[in-house]
Amino acid sequence: EQLAEACRRARRSIIDMTFYAQSGHPGGSLSSVEILAALYLRLMRHDPERADWPDRDRFILSKAHAVPVLYAFLAECGYFPFEEMPTFRHIDSRLQGHSKAGSVPGVEMSGGSLGQGLSYSVGQCLAARLDSRDYRVYCLIGDGEQDEGQVWEAAMSAAHYRLGNLTAIVDRNGVQNDGFVKDIMRQDPLADKWRAFGWQVQEINGHDQRAVIDAIEQTRSGSDGPSVIIAETVKGKGVSFMENTAAWHGKGPNAEERERALAEIGA
Amino acid sequence: MTTTQQADAATREAFGPTLIKLREAGLDIAVVDGDLGASTTAKAFGDKFPERFFTLGPAEQNMIGIAAGLAAAGKIAFASTFAVFMPGRCYDQLRVSVSQPNLNVKLFASHGGITPGEDGISAQAIEDLGLMCSLINFNVICPADVVETAAAVDYAARHQGPYFIRAGRPKIPTLYAPDHEFVLGKADLLRPGGDVTIVATGIMVYIALQAAETLAAEGIDARVLNMATWRPLDTAALEAAARETGAIVVAEEHLVHTGLGAMIAQHLASVQPVPMGFVGVRGYAESGKWDELMAKYGLTPEAIAREARAAIARKR
Repeated sequence: EQLAEACRRARRSIIDMTFYAQSGHPGGSLSSVEILAALYLRLMRHDPERADWPDRDRFILSKAHAVPVLYAFLAECGYFPFEEMPTFRHIDSRLQGHSKAGSVPGVEMSGGSLGQGLSYSVGQCLAARLDSRDYRVYCLIGDGEQDEGQVWEAAMSAAHYRLGNLTAIVDRNGVQNDGFVKDIMRQDPLADKWRAFGWQVQEINGHDQRAVIDAIEQTRSGSDGPSVIIAETVKGKGVSFMENTAAWHGKGPNAEERERALAEIGA
Repeated sequence: MTTTQQADAATREAFGPTLIKLREAGLDIAVVDGDLGASTTAKAFGDKFPERFFTLGPAEQNMIGIAAGLAAAGKIAFASTFAVFMPGRCYDQLRVSVSQPNLNVKLFASHGGITPGEDGISAQAIEDLGLMCSLINFNVICPADVVETAAAVDYAARHQGPYFIRAGRPKIPTLYAPDHEFVLGKADLLRPGGDVTIVATGIMVYIALQAAETLAAEGIDARVLNMATWRPLDTAALEAAARETGAIVVAEEHLVHTGLGAMIAQHLASVQPVPMGFVGVRGYAESGKWDELMAKYGLTPEAIAREARAAIARKR
């Protein structure tokens, strides 16, 4: 229940950041909340005091437009103060509109152009092997992002190199910039695709906190290949008028919408 | 100083052997390869250090992303393929995954220019260096011979930050003695002269030296600078050349309008404008033997000499 409270706080932060910025991507941030809660608050080996600790587990936000959810949990963990959140997307702020490596401690990768995070994660996993380090790499991918061919190049290489230290998580909220994923580019059967590329696959409800934690833990159990969790989620989860609509992929709420959203999320 | 005592060699031949030396010296190198390891000579490194050599197939976007991840985790990450595919097939990955976070990734792009020859225009990289010069943080190098290429690879491995090194397919004269030292951002004076400066890069350097001989026979005293580093540009050597010789010809195996000459003209126009001439390619070429293509598309001593005479004639 501590996690549920942290998730509510993260959702409030996402609404606030995109309100103050009057831009940004609330929908795909809200759908990822339970996933980041499991990683940052339960499962990852990390230390806010040592963001460059060589043995830390890595979280790679490939869907870098969802950076509000990353900032929310970095602040929750103490990587930077909550007070900076209103500066998101403003000039002279550390909180860049898409994740930029090192802009605040804990942001691993520069992103903003879809499809690049899984390759980057493969590189980090190969480096771990060369250095005999036992860190894991967790890479969050959007479902619309899977339209990028590079994702599948990376998927093939992760299986080829038997990267048991790699966990990919697909935030399958079913909505992308211009509409529903099923209308823009059909992806079914998605689990079969990943299996065919040589990955261990789990399909879960991405808002069931226990299921998310269990699934991620499962990927750490010494497999000799990469694992993917297809997390069925709801775009805009927790704010009724943002749920399951492309309209809230990339815009911030106005003052009235913010109030309604915060009221629905609760304290 | 130059020597002509050594055998001709392709600049790409320097890559694999230099990587091996660097690893043997203890550098923490990892190499990703786009299925052209035999041609780039990266495979020689892979044969010796298989655990540090990652074949990825012709998948350049993934290759660059993996190189970025390796570099972010502390490796000196080398990526190699042909210059048409890198940057061409992975430009956005170079921009977002390497240039913007300023990662320690080294690109070795062989088969630059039109000299890949018979494979035709899809294999001829005439835009690569200009594209790389538009990526912030990248150091961009186009060495003149196999010795300088080896020295540039060595230099890149030992210095932090992203590097792009362009090499070529054909065997060309070896200009430098084996102990030649490469310094990033420093043009190398190969021939003194006061009437005009020929700024040459890559394969055009030995051709510029031939042009200088032609001009000398006419009583024109041409200075020849090897401008191996495109970025950062050696502005001091260029300003001195403009001041002291009053005319400049730039010779490159690259598109003229996005190439070294354009960057030099842009710089000199604001500080020391002088008449300039440009030798390079102005469009797609075709299949053919590399030396036939060089002749047909104007990458010749005669073309350089012609531009030099014209620039001199425009001096005030």
